Amino acid sequence: MARKAVSAAPSYATAPRPTRAGPARHLWIHVVLIIAVLVIASPLLFALIKATQASDVVIGPSLLPGTHFLENLASVWNGAHLGRYMTNSLIVTVCVTVGKTILSLLAALAFVYFRFPLKSLAFALVLFTLMLPTELLIVALFDLMSGTLKWADSYAAIIVPFLASATGTFLFRQHFLNIPASLADAARIDGCGPMTFLSRVLIPMSWNTIGAMAVIQFVSAWDQYLWPLVIMQSDDKQVVQVGLRRLIDAGGQTDWGAVMAGAMITLIPPLLIFTLLQEQFSKGFALGQDK
Amino acid sequence: MSLISRRPRPPAAAAEPQERATFKSPVLPWLFLLPTFIILAVFLYYPAVRTLRLSLYRANIILGNETFEGLGQFAELLSSPVYHQVILQTLIYCALVVMLGLLLAMGLAWLASRPIAGAKFYRLMLIYPYALSPAIAGTIWLFLFNPEIGVINNVLSSLIGVRPRWLDNPLLAFGLVVLAAIWKGLGYNVVFYLAAIQNIPGEVSEAAAIDGATGWQAYWKVIFPLLSPMTFFLVFTNLIYALFDSFGLVDILTRGGPVYGQTGITTFLIYQLYEDGFRNFKTGVAAAEAVLMLIMVGVITVMQFRYGNRRVHYGA
Repeated sequence: MARKAVSAAPSYATAPRPTRAGPARHLWIHVVLIIAVLVIASPLLFALIKATQASDVVIGPSLLPGTHFLENLASVWNGAHLGRYMTNSLIVTVCVTVGKTILSLLAALAFVYFRFPLKSLAFALVLFTLMLPTELLIVALFDLMSGTLKWADSYAAIIVPFLASATGTFLFRQHFLNIPASLADAARIDGCGPMTFLSRVLIPMSWNTIGAMAVIQFVSAWDQYLWPLVIMQSDDKQVVQVGLRRLIDAGGQTDWGAVMAGAMITLIPPLLIFTLLQEQFSKGFALGQDK
Repeated sequence: MSLISRRPRPPAAAAEPQERATFKSPVLPWLFLLPTFIILAVFLYYPAVRTLRLSLYRANIILGNETFEGLGQFAELLSSPVYHQVILQTLIYCALVVMLGLLLAMGLAWLASRPIAGAKFYRLMLIYPYALSPAIAGTIWLFLFNPEIGVINNVLSSLIGVRPRWLDNPLLAFGLVVLAAIWKGLGYNVVFYLAAIQNIPGEVSEAAAIDGATGWQAYWKVIFPLLSPMTFFLVFTNLIYALFDSFGLVDILTRGGPVYGQTGITTFLIYQLYEDGFRNFKTGVAAAEAVLMLIMVGVITVMQFRYGNRRVHYGA
């Protein structure tokens, strides 16, 4: 391992390890971290507490947890369509995450295990889309969706444009390139076709990368805001992020306890995915970025 | 929590191993690429070309009329004091969010990876804001900083007797959006810095300690440079994040306001594009703004790919 950056530092490989200082030396680290953790957590703690208070307490200064969380939740879940927004968001996010993963796997399979004419041009065309964020194309995309395709107000409008992924193709390609070539040759000699090879060999060897991809794609699809705001005219199929704004605006006087309950519920799916796939997320990145 | 346990390598800097040619078929690879290419062509390349074309026309998609303008709309935008201000405040916002956000994340990730009791808990508490969306951050902060019933003003008024109107004062509103964006982005940045720190060989910091470097010196002279490849990668992802994801935050928290000088102080480029395209129905102008932003994104991406490979090396 070459370490240019530290080559000037004398190496004391045989020197004893410095003695671990007692807790006292670490005291300031604890102080800084505790303050940071509290400051970072405080908006969420505040929102969580307010979500449990009755509507007359919510607007007061009290910061004591109440017992009205379920009432607050019920009021936005049914009254302000939070239930429908959540369902819509889940449908869209799951479709985008699964679709993106499958399409990226197939594209990476083609790029790594086949030699075909115009391959580098094809790869360049995929990579180039990193420079075309959907947010910047909303004007033309709106025109296309509402005019030519007549997809406005359908799930397809917020799912299909996000199914292809340059990042995903790139990550899976990197991962496949790390898998020894001999394995693919052995599989082919055994009579494995590309699809069997993908499902029996590549996918089982890629769960960490798939998990890491899934976390990233799930969170980014769940967070979609601008495009659904533009293309979804009716409330029926609106996603929950835009729904939050509707909850705030609903009926003039904002019911903040209910809105906070809604915000907390909106936080749960990405938190859940992140917690479930944490292991794969960490490992998948290491592999995907390893040489 | 064992975060990334092997060498991290920002995606852009990945090496180029040998390609394989295991399977031979003239048709199959194209069949596998077909779904990806159909979607990229119809929903990215075609709209991109349409956007380029629209930027040359004075158009209104609602009315469906178009008049050729050439580069007139670009000239108009680039000489408009309002658009100048929007560009300037977007740049200031991006610079603040990226610099403060990364410094904070790097420092906290470093402290949370020291061998101290409860480090695992600290790491977890620093990472979970990754699950926050811009819209959730905006919603919570809107209530937090509500002048009448928000907890911040309740505390401030009982302590020092002031109730600032956070969202009506340009400077306060701008600062609030910056802070909320940093807060939202912290989890993501900490995840990547923790991974990079775990991969710094233990001997490096030990050597520094033996040489008599204090914690502070070790941090700035040894750790900070060693983390520069990760910082470089994060600067670009954070820049893109600040350019686009600011929309949900701004739309809920400030709606682009309050007015300062020529326009709302939190009206950033992407918010201006939305306003022109879907509130004022100046489709052509919005397309021209999109083209200008596409150029910005292009420059950022090219810089990342070109200089991302020439990073400081540590480890092999």
